[in-house]
Amino acid sequence: MTRYAMVADLRRCVGCQTCTAACKLTNSTPPGVQWRKVLDVEMGEYPNAERVFVPVGCQHCSDPPCLDVCPSTATRKRDDGIVTIDYDICIGCAYCAVACPYQARYKVEKPAFAYGKSTPQEDAGFDEARIGVAQKCNFCVDRIDDGKAKGLTPGVDPDASPACVNSCIANALSFGDIEDPDSNVSQLLAENQWFQMHEELGTDPGFYYLWDKEKL
Amino acid sequence: MIRFARTLQRHWDWRAAGNFVFGGTGGMLLALAPFAGSDTAAMLATLAALALVGTGLLCVWLEIGRPWRALNVFRHPQRSWMTREAFVATVAFVLALSGLVLRSPALSWIAAAFGVAFVYCQGRILMASRGVPSWRPKEVVPLVLSTGLSEGSAVLVAALVLQADGVPTWLAWLLAAAVLARAFAWARYRAALVRDDAPAAAIALMQRMHPWLLAGGTAVPLVSVVGALFAPADVAPPAAFFGAICALLAGWWFKFVLVTRASQLQGYAFGKLRSGHPLARSRTAKQGRPGAAGFPEVLPGDNR
Repeated sequence: MTRYAMVADLRRCVGCQTCTAACKLTNSTPPGVQWRKVLDVEMGEYPNAERVFVPVGCQHCSDPPCLDVCPSTATRKRDDGIVTIDYDICIGCAYCAVACPYQARYKVEKPAFAYGKSTPQEDAGFDEARIGVAQKCNFCVDRIDDGKAKGLTPGVDPDASPACVNSCIANALSFGDIEDPDSNVSQLLAENQWFQMHEELGTDPGFYYLWDKEKL
Repeated sequence: MIRFARTLQRHWDWRAAGNFVFGGTGGMLLALAPFAGSDTAAMLATLAALALVGTGLLCVWLEIGRPWRALNVFRHPQRSWMTREAFVATVAFVLALSGLVLRSPALSWIAAAFGVAFVYCQGRILMASRGVPSWRPKEVVPLVLSTGLSEGSAVLVAALVLQADGVPTWLAWLLAAAVLARAFAWARYRAALVRDDAPAAAIALMQRMHPWLLAGGTAVPLVSVVGALFAPADVAPPAAFFGAICALLAGWWFKFVLVTRASQLQGYAFGKLRSGHPLARSRTAKQGRPGAAGFPEVLPGDNR
């Protein structure tokens, strides 16, 4: 079995938002929609305050609340753990958006562009099917499938890896098969302390954060 | 636990709230319609109930991004309470209208049961929304049910007063019991919000509503409706009507606020730090041996 997962090393992330920009460029998301974004969090109090940058997005949960609630079966989970949305079935009820504890889902009611009128880049990436329906990070599933078809390994070969992982300047984001004990993400999780966000909700997210300070 | 960005959800607005407001009232009115008294009263109550449920569903239809795909809502009965609500509503409409056309009390009774089921589905829709802490406590289901029952019986009381039919004693007591049940469910729900560490903004909003709901939604209807039972004939109808309207508006106000104003999202949080490969951890727990299936063993210092 394969389960793809993302590992974000919060000790490495510098909050440059390059992953955010790479995601927007790759997936042509409109203004206000960020499938991948990095939160700027201030922890502690002066003089012991500290900034931490936390990449967030769809956590591709093992037990996704969005999948349970979806009335149209547009939200599905593949055998490799990636949670997807079928834009041609989704009715845009946004039930998934209120069921997701990670604020990962967006709904855009009408076409929107960064400077009012669309740019050639935005025209090239515009997808009418995404209007009025739920949308979110899909771990760049097209890149993964295309790369695997060429015999590449997701998380190792850039052409088979999510755009945010490829773009990270600090090597803070890693992607791979958590079911493979020898994968990059398995090694990172075995050798570091980590947490899953909202694990108490029982979603078993496929997004792990490396962190080594018991300040929580 | 460090939590942040518990902002108000903007996905469901007044249109979604409208489904809970009108659907909850209509579902329970449908449940009470066979008891309305005369055949005419039962028919009018049934039609009013269906109109309310239909108005709620229309509100949802106005909310969805792809309204012409609305029939896709029926595709996931295995797990989605929204799908189940749609099925229950459809069956309720068919049964209720068939009961009227065929003059079949049996069909009306079954439709009444589906009216209750419809409101139950609404409670479960909220409970399944794990992204909104103020919706997901299991205590929200009895609160939605008791609120719907208060509203349904309130509409029936008000309608009978307007028709000068006279309010049956049992119905007045039912409304009184329903508002009391709602007050009890409301207290349990508010305690659940605190227990579950719901967003402070949602708890504060509920606290501000509390005295108004207790006074306007419980005390006034209780005194008015029960008082009407013992009041002179010229005072009883307006007293019952006033109490019923207060019970109805309190329920509508609460549900509107719950959906649109007290719906802060889960936000983000740092979780408990763990060590060792997560699958080794879970498989160790299942198989009772460390390092199962080739995964690295849990490191020293594991803080499980």
